[in-house]
Amino acid sequence: MGGKQDSTKSESMATTKTAPDLLNSSIFSFKSLKLKTKQQELLIRVSILGLVYVLAFIARLFSVLRYESMIHEFDPYFNYRTTLFLTEKGFYEFWNWFDSESWYPLGRIIGGTLYPGLMVTAALIYWTLRFLRFFVHIREVCVLTAPFFASNTTLVAYFFGKEIWDTGAGLVAAVLIAICPGYISRSVAGSYDNEAVAIFALLLTFYLFVKAVNTGSLAWALGSAFGYFYMVSAWGGYVFIINLVPLYVLVLLITGRYSMRLYIAYNCMYILGMLLAMQIRFVGFQHVQSGEHMGAMGVFLLMQVFYFLDWVKYQLNDIKLFQTFLRITVTSAILVGGVALGVGTASGYISPWTGRFYSLLDPTYAKDHIPIIASVSEHQPTAWSSFMFDYHILLFLFPAGLYFCFKRLTDATIFIVMYGLTSLYFAGVMVRLILVATPAVCLISAIAVSATVKNLTSLLRTKQKVPQSGSTKGAGSSKASSKVTLDQSQPFQKNGAIALLLGVFYLLSRYAIHCTWVTSEAYSSPSIVLAARGAHGNRIIFDDYREAYYWLRQNTPTDAKIMSWWDYGYQITAMGNRTVIVDNNTWNNTHIATVGRAMSSYEDEAYDIMRSLDVNYVLVVFGGVTGYSSDDINKFLWMVRIGGGVFPVIKEPDYLVNGEFRVDKGASPKMLNCLMYKLCYYRFGELTTEYGKPTGYDRARGVEIGNKDIKLEHLEEAYTTSNWIVRIYRVKPPTNRL
Amino acid sequence: MAARIGIFIVFVAVFLSIPAFSSAQDLQIVNAERRIDLSSHIVKAFLTVKVENIGKDPAAEMLLAFPPIQIKNLAMVQALAVTGKKKKKTYVPLDVKPTEQPDAPNDTGYFRVSFVSPLGPGETITLEVLYILTHSLEPFPVEITQSESQLVYYHDSAVILSPYHVKQQTTFVKTPSTRVESFTSIEPANRAGKEIKYGPYENHAPNSYTPVIIHFENNSPFAVVEELEREIEISHWGSLQITEHYKLTHGGARHKGVFSRVDYQSRRSVSGASSFNGLLAVLPPRVNSVYYRDDIGNISTSHLRTGFRKSELEFEPRYPLFGGWRATFIIGYRVPLEDYLFEASDGRRYLNFTFGCPLVETIVNKLTVKVVLPEGSKDPSAVLPFTVNQDLQVKYSYLDIVGRTVVVLQKDNVVPTHNVPFQVYYTFKPIYMLAEPFMLVSAFFFVFVATLAYVHIDLNIVRK
Repeated sequence: MGGKQDSTKSESMATTKTAPDLLNSSIFSFKSLKLKTKQQELLIRVSILGLVYVLAFIARLFSVLRYESMIHEFDPYFNYRTTLFLTEKGFYEFWNWFDSESWYPLGRIIGGTLYPGLMVTAALIYWTLRFLRFFVHIREVCVLTAPFFASNTTLVAYFFGKEIWDTGAGLVAAVLIAICPGYISRSVAGSYDNEAVAIFALLLTFYLFVKAVNTGSLAWALGSAFGYFYMVSAWGGYVFIINLVPLYVLVLLITGRYSMRLYIAYNCMYILGMLLAMQIRFVGFQHVQSGEHMGAMGVFLLMQVFYFLDWVKYQLNDIKLFQTFLRITVTSAILVGGVALGVGTASGYISPWTGRFYSLLDPTYAKDHIPIIASVSEHQPTAWSSFMFDYHILLFLFPAGLYFCFKRLTDATIFIVMYGLTSLYFAGVMVRLILVATPAVCLISAIAVSATVKNLTSLLRTKQKVPQSGSTKGAGSSKASSKVTLDQSQPFQKNGAIALLLGVFYLLSRYAIHCTWVTSEAYSSPSIVLAARGAHGNRIIFDDYREAYYWLRQNTPTDAKIMSWWDYGYQITAMGNRTVIVDNNTWNNTHIATVGRAMSSYEDEAYDIMRSLDVNYVLVVFGGVTGYSSDDINKFLWMVRIGGGVFPVIKEPDYLVNGEFRVDKGASPKMLNCLMYKLCYYRFGELTTEYGKPTGYDRARGVEIGNKDIKLEHLEEAYTTSNWIVRIYRVKPPTNRL
Repeated sequence: MAARIGIFIVFVAVFLSIPAFSSAQDLQIVNAERRIDLSSHIVKAFLTVKVENIGKDPAAEMLLAFPPIQIKNLAMVQALAVTGKKKKKTYVPLDVKPTEQPDAPNDTGYFRVSFVSPLGPGETITLEVLYILTHSLEPFPVEITQSESQLVYYHDSAVILSPYHVKQQTTFVKTPSTRVESFTSIEPANRAGKEIKYGPYENHAPNSYTPVIIHFENNSPFAVVEELEREIEISHWGSLQITEHYKLTHGGARHKGVFSRVDYQSRRSVSGASSFNGLLAVLPPRVNSVYYRDDIGNISTSHLRTGFRKSELEFEPRYPLFGGWRATFIIGYRVPLEDYLFEASDGRRYLNFTFGCPLVETIVNKLTVKVVLPEGSKDPSAVLPFTVNQDLQVKYSYLDIVGRTVVVLQKDNVVPTHNVPFQVYYTFKPIYMLAEPFMLVSAFFFVFVATLAYVHIDLNIVRK
């Protein structure tokens, strides 16, 4: 609808423009031109969108070109493994899958503990392609799912921008989001994670909801409910929607913008969305039972009260009577709601907020209470530099966009402002939530760019017209005085406009360059294969992870249990096809703490723990030879902390010397003899890693290690990869008692 | 009528009984020399025999006998007849076929060698026989550590097992190194350097057998491909895509205990002597788009050298293979179609490609060659110089509707000597080549038509 309005506007503008020229220009050429403008505009718009669609896809293919078509990072390996299972065994098997290969001996009910949206999406794409006789491998589908959905997101961003501002803003938003590093970081080819489809679902839900609010149409609200369902099935971040939408409704109610459209949109979206979301087993009845979802329900009830009051107001003609009625109803409604919430919470029917939710609202919460959340690097508070890195000029355009939004306050702009502000706060709390804020930032920045460019160009256009008319009416001296005043302001304004426009284009081109650079340099390495530059500028590939995982897969008994720090759990099960004790689904803190305790104990104590867990192999990641810094020694303090959080025998100060973490001769005795240290540095003391340095020189930490004579009693080296990055030890069976 | 059939049967019976009759005891081996090469894990034996017909009837063939432990590991037997004198020797390949003998002692297996022309009474003929044994080196000790080298047993007979009387014979055994732990001595037997000599022995009766065991060091790579599946996909658009799925294992003494990376990388000569890391595959010339990967992705350790006569792919598995360790991987490549696909005189097309495994010095326990013919091909038939199991399958690939016919050739116990050309004949109409482009074109066409229709048709119920 917006597009049509615009085009009619431009048409009318064109007619007014051409009206004075009717005398001295041919009518036909202008008429034919005028007829074409609409089509031209459509053509340009569609081709820009098409190009952006393609651009969004190919900008994410750096990693495929540099490395290969492979799954990246950690979580995507789990997603890939489950997708593989889904395509091989079918949906019901997948839904009922009890995975005994992880969390030994507990196991994990996969169907009930994951968001199936991503896997089902990939499987559907796969099945569709196979139906169309394209016999692709499921891996290729998984690798390209994220870029594909990023492309779709640009389309949604276009329509969203169109809905809240105009087509121009939509186009700019599509371009901005297509290459925004904040989004690319989680949607490059191979980054097969929930976020890949979730951002699309998030933006789609918001767009459809705003559309529903704008039109009051039940159909759009229904679409929004389905969008929400898709989001719930895809990512835990749906909590953001179910809190932001009620908050938005509340703000509209408070600001007196309550309307029938809003009533229809929210009720339909909430009720249907909630019912649909209950179909996802992992979410279940949380919508009516968990504290995080109660706000939405409260707003829903409030909405009914509003509607009821509206009706009563319509029935009662007496204002005074209505005022008293209003007071009584609102008080009793709040009272009933409060009591219900209190009773629900007290009786345990409504669960309190989870730790993750708290840690979102309060950045310091996780550090004090949940070390396992705090230990993940992507859960750290965001540094200013990473805002700059991920948003670049959007960071400056964002406030400008807010200004424009406030200048033209509508239901839609209120929504985008709220979305922008809340998500930006969350982005400040956790690095990974920059992703959620990215669409809002792009949209608001797009409004800024579009509005600015539009204002400037219209300024330029009117200037062009005035001198023209001046020249045609140059003979008339009656308007000389007005011409002088015009001339005084015009050159400055015109030049200024041109300069500003050039500035905008310069900024945008810098943005494009920055995005490409960031994507290519920072976000396109699969992290499972490490690349380094050799002495002669050649590229050296460290493929040790896969070497180790494949070794496990081929050369260990199929029922072997592998103990490693939880980071590598998903990869070991997916690539090594072996049972692990803990993995990246950190649902059982005690189990992880047990592993942490084993790693930080002396060998014989650790041996008892490992025996009790039936561990056959222990896998550690060690960067001392290659200088790879994110290895287990550098993660070790977190193991101590997490282990110590459950087992007080493990005390962090035992591993530190004057509050400092050391591995050289000055390290604490406990550190030098704990299992992790021994496994990482076993026989490392015999090795010369760098010319001119003593043997046992740890290149990751730049020190000579403190314990070079490590003897292992209960474990033996089973395999060490060619660059020593992964070391696998076999747990010996207990010796016979004589 | 009945009489004629009876005569015919008698005639056939007489005709069939002649070879069996004459081969019984009427031949004798005047002189035999056997050279057994144990330097790799594929045992090659060259046997030179001089056969004399001492019977009254001409003999058309002779029997080669193999003990039961060898017959199951026998990958190949070839025989050549030597004619002419020393300077002008010519070799004529002879037909060799496995055969059953009713009175075979102790499950002895036999091969029948047919002469080019029957051997008259009193005549002699010299035969060169090559036979190849796999899995015949038995590691002992069965498990070794990283620092030990690999010792193996080889079981054979000091005298040649033969259904004929052998007047004089000698056997030479070549070991890979001078380290021989022990060998059964049957006088006269002696060892010099890398060679053990058994014989000469005089006058051994038919079916004599004197078992010997040689225990020696063999650190050559025991690369055994347990299963190899080669898929050759013919595309009439100009290329031949070959995909090979390997299941490789180290078939030697099992690795025991620790694998130490320090020892492996610093004391390479003594540590992991029997392990192997590098492999070499000989690929066709003009090969392109070569890839080397496994289930979890690309493996980056490979080099390709292309040449005019052959291409060599040097590659390493992800980890060195110690005894009992496994590695599975996939090698794929593409070659131009015109080098391998020809048109026969009767209008049929035929593929001429190499059977066997491209890896050098490798045993393949089970080889499956799948030739995927283009969609619409008919009447496939395969021609091979040896017997294989044949089967037909259907495979669906990109844009297939009826599927592609797959000729499946399956053979066990394959050695590099089996790398010989084979042919698959089929008929194909070139018009089928246009099916897929046509489908794509029509799909796009329908998309545009649908868009046109959508733009022009008003689907609103309420008129605006």
